[in-house]
Amino acid sequence: MKKTKSMTLNFGPQHPAAHGVLRLILELEGEIVEKADPHIGLLHRGTEKLIENKTYTQALPYFDRLDYVAPMNQEHAFALATEKLLKIEVPVRAKYIRVIFCEIGRILSHILNVTTQALDVGALTPSLWGFEERETLMTFYERASGSRLHANYFRTGGVHKDLPTKLIEDVGKFCETFPKIIDDLEDLLTENRIFKQRNVDIGLVSKKDALDHSFTGVMLRGSGIPWDLRKSQPYECYQDLSFKIPVGKNGDCYDRYLCRIEEMRESIKIIKQCIKNLPKGPVKTVDGKISPPNRDDLKQSMEALIHHFKLFTEGFRVPAGNVYSAVEAPKGEFGVYLISDGSNRPYRCKIRAPGFSHLQAMDFLIKGHMLADVPAVLGSLDIVFGEVDR
Amino acid sequence: MIEKKLNKLEKLINAELSSKISNSIISFEELLLQTSVNNIIDVIKFLKLDDKFKFKQLIDIAAIDYPNEEKRFELVYLLLSIENNLRVKISIKFETNEKIPSIVKIFPSANWMEREIFDMYGIKFINHPDLRRILTDYNFKGHPLRKDFPLTGFNEVRYSEKEKKVIYEPVKLEQNYRNFDFSSPWEGTNYLKEVKESEKNEKN
Repeated sequence: MKKTKSMTLNFGPQHPAAHGVLRLILELEGEIVEKADPHIGLLHRGTEKLIENKTYTQALPYFDRLDYVAPMNQEHAFALATEKLLKIEVPVRAKYIRVIFCEIGRILSHILNVTTQALDVGALTPSLWGFEERETLMTFYERASGSRLHANYFRTGGVHKDLPTKLIEDVGKFCETFPKIIDDLEDLLTENRIFKQRNVDIGLVSKKDALDHSFTGVMLRGSGIPWDLRKSQPYECYQDLSFKIPVGKNGDCYDRYLCRIEEMRESIKIIKQCIKNLPKGPVKTVDGKISPPNRDDLKQSMEALIHHFKLFTEGFRVPAGNVYSAVEAPKGEFGVYLISDGSNRPYRCKIRAPGFSHLQAMDFLIKGHMLADVPAVLGSLDIVFGEVDR
Repeated sequence: MIEKKLNKLEKLINAELSSKISNSIISFEELLLQTSVNNIIDVIKFLKLDDKFKFKQLIDIAAIDYPNEEKRFELVYLLLSIENNLRVKISIKFETNEKIPSIVKIFPSANWMEREIFDMYGIKFINHPDLRRILTDYNFKGHPLRKDFPLTGFNEVRYSEKEKKVIYEPVKLEQNYRNFDFSSPWEGTNYLKEVKESEKNEKN
């Protein structure tokens, strides 16, 4: 009988541990992974091409559909880029509202990631507990924007509508109860023997490798590099808020899990401060050439009517230029490189998705690990295919 | 604050790489360096390894298509220096069939970024270890992000009940894709502020 040395295994594209439509071609030597070749693009929708054919306002909802577990963080990057080109200031209240919802997005994403990572290594309960909280957070999204997932709430120059007062109270209440849930999750996982055996010293990333592979966000901080755009290149009102940046030590899957848990606690702190200091005032820029007039003015003022008509047919024009603006999305640096030619549509909009470079390092991370570690590493990379494939 | 830092950086880079940088622009608080295809490797390597700059992270590579220009494509490399908390953009422009040296040896993460550019624009990279398509379908033809590629594409996919498999067909739309041009054919009102400004510009 002929002896075969290595075996090629097709993992996905439909596999519950692949976190979406990932196809991995694994070359195995016994149970050791020799090489991993991720095939992506199964969820490619041509977002960048579509955006080139839409006005700036119409382009915004596409960002919800990138990383669909933290939609508003994505919208934020695009809104910031457009505002930078237009050189407009966002009202303070809008800044605070944006930060509240970005942090809610961060918690949404981290709950999903932490609990499904636990699910991948065999713990079922955390996901049941965590998803209940996600549901609460998504109702906040719904009450602010009208939809649970694809919010389309941010606008160039602010946010779409002001928040109902009751909603702000409820978010405040959630901030009181949620830390207890994090404690519960930690009780289940942090010192759990099986969870540690599956995660400690798995998928090690050194500082140099993290930089070379363009890691950002938790992937970078898990390896001990204290880098967070909210601190180092503050946007919106992050410079006025006090919060800490959790940093890992060893750069393994377990440290990344700990970072995410701590980040959720910090996000709660940020939301609390924002609610406490939430100023009064407009929630979008008062420039009628950029933000649409409200309904009442539409019936009374001719100018408002014209503005409304022009904004929803032609859209606003953006001065020519190119900018890169990035936000610290839950998964890392999410950036938009926007080029305007002075018309009402972006000439080019390159989306920098953190997951793309993280997944790229799969081969490097998994080499020499066991087959069973593949889901653990994949889980800790925090991959969402909406943003990887765009 | 950031302006000052950028000005200093611009001066430093120009002093060190004067022969390789053809132009440098600061706009919107961002520094853009223009260089040529032949120098791109040297410039990026220098900015990464030199102790003064330490641009150790490649954030992204963006390609842009300008079909009406002689040098049709532009690549913009976005670099980040964590130590100095600075960003820099490096741009190269080149013609359709020119081949670009790959920077995978300097930044391993450039691998997929270059593959994506190859896929979307058909730009070829020299010394790339694995230049395959990445985001589009297996056996896809054409380069979708080029400006002359139609938004609707050429082929559509569906499951055929007859053949019991997924089949590819040319795109058939019930209604043709319509690209509305909403920009007003009439000159808008010249507001007093704009009139004054345009007069000012003329005097200058």
